[in-house]
Amino acid sequence: MMATAPKVACVEIGGIPIALSTCDDGFLDLLRCRYDGFLSASRPEFELEFDLTPTVPPSDDDVRVHREGDEWLLERGDFHARWNLRTGRGTVRQNANPYSLDSVLRILHSLIVAGRGGFLLHAASAICDGQAYLFSGISGAGKTTMTRLAPPDITLLTDEISYLRPNPDGYSAFGTPFAGELAKAGENCTAPVAALFFLEQGPENRVDELSPTEAVRRLMRNILFFAEDQVLVEKLLATACDFVARVPIRRLTFYPDARVWDLVRDFDPSFDRKFAPALDRNLDRDFARNLQEVPKRA
Amino acid sequence: MPENCIYIARSSTIAARALAGEMMIMNSADSTFFTLNEVATAIFQAADGRTPLREIVRDRICEQFEVDPEQAQADAEQFVTELSGHGVLLVSNQPLAPEAR
Repeated sequence: MMATAPKVACVEIGGIPIALSTCDDGFLDLLRCRYDGFLSASRPEFELEFDLTPTVPPSDDDVRVHREGDEWLLERGDFHARWNLRTGRGTVRQNANPYSLDSVLRILHSLIVAGRGGFLLHAASAICDGQAYLFSGISGAGKTTMTRLAPPDITLLTDEISYLRPNPDGYSAFGTPFAGELAKAGENCTAPVAALFFLEQGPENRVDELSPTEAVRRLMRNILFFAEDQVLVEKLLATACDFVARVPIRRLTFYPDARVWDLVRDFDPSFDRKFAPALDRNLDRDFARNLQEVPKRA
Repeated sequence: MPENCIYIARSSTIAARALAGEMMIMNSADSTFFTLNEVATAIFQAADGRTPLREIVRDRICEQFEVDPEQAQADAEQFVTELSGHGVLLVSNQPLAPEAR
């Protein structure tokens, strides 16, 4: 019996085209539909071949991402993938579940873009007056709420996973098909990042400064990163520090109504920083602060 | 372990960056992230595997901060124990060779 030739869809997210191939027509239809706005005619930089297994429910297990020689191994209860760093090709064993597919793609992009000085962030993002604004925070902080409150002239990039890459002047945000509660893919477009806001809901709308270390701490908590790899961890921490140095980062406390977007539109990144250097030479006995485990949510 | 022969060294599995006088550390093995205050940063930076902790506390902490030496030593040992538990620092009662890290 002749084997069926795999069919390919090229999906370009964050400006990185990846060929996804499968012999299963139903799965091909699923991924073409799911990534409809992100299908591309570009020459793929990377390839992933899908080998579908019988149905296994999506898993809440921690994902494990580690290297064996030239290969990255991506493992969770519902998928097992190998991706060769040198050839750019990989295979994925998973069921036809779209959530597993999303997870594999997000992890792969997190590896690729980390090496290029970018990252994926748990954040909603939108373009307003030609500039991208990011809204990050823990689950329930208001990412989807911010997108629901957005005025009609706003272009939604995502309500869940933002894609950031460096540019000569700072960073660019790209739309992604990875949707949260809004259940709607972002627009496939890009814009320079004007600001990142960490969301908190409160009785009034206000913007507050964050110290650089607090900004990095919050950023690291919300970056999607899974690799147990010293070199990439070094790179990611350097990227986070660079991002904090080049992009205004604030805490945005907001009352959930549309007026919060007036505050975003009027945001002035140049107001004075209030970080007085520590002059108190007394011993601060809280030596190691803010221990946090960076969550591995794929 | 006698307190006068504690040697500490930074683990090779961590990434560290100084920002605004504080050290940020991420351990690639378990994805834990720390920020260290100025005092802890001084100890962390002096963790070369060759200098005894007591000497670090005396030269780097008591010289620069207004603190009781015994209290500083006790706090430093507690800090070292906590970070070694997360694999950020290696602790030994003998000098640590670079290849051991």
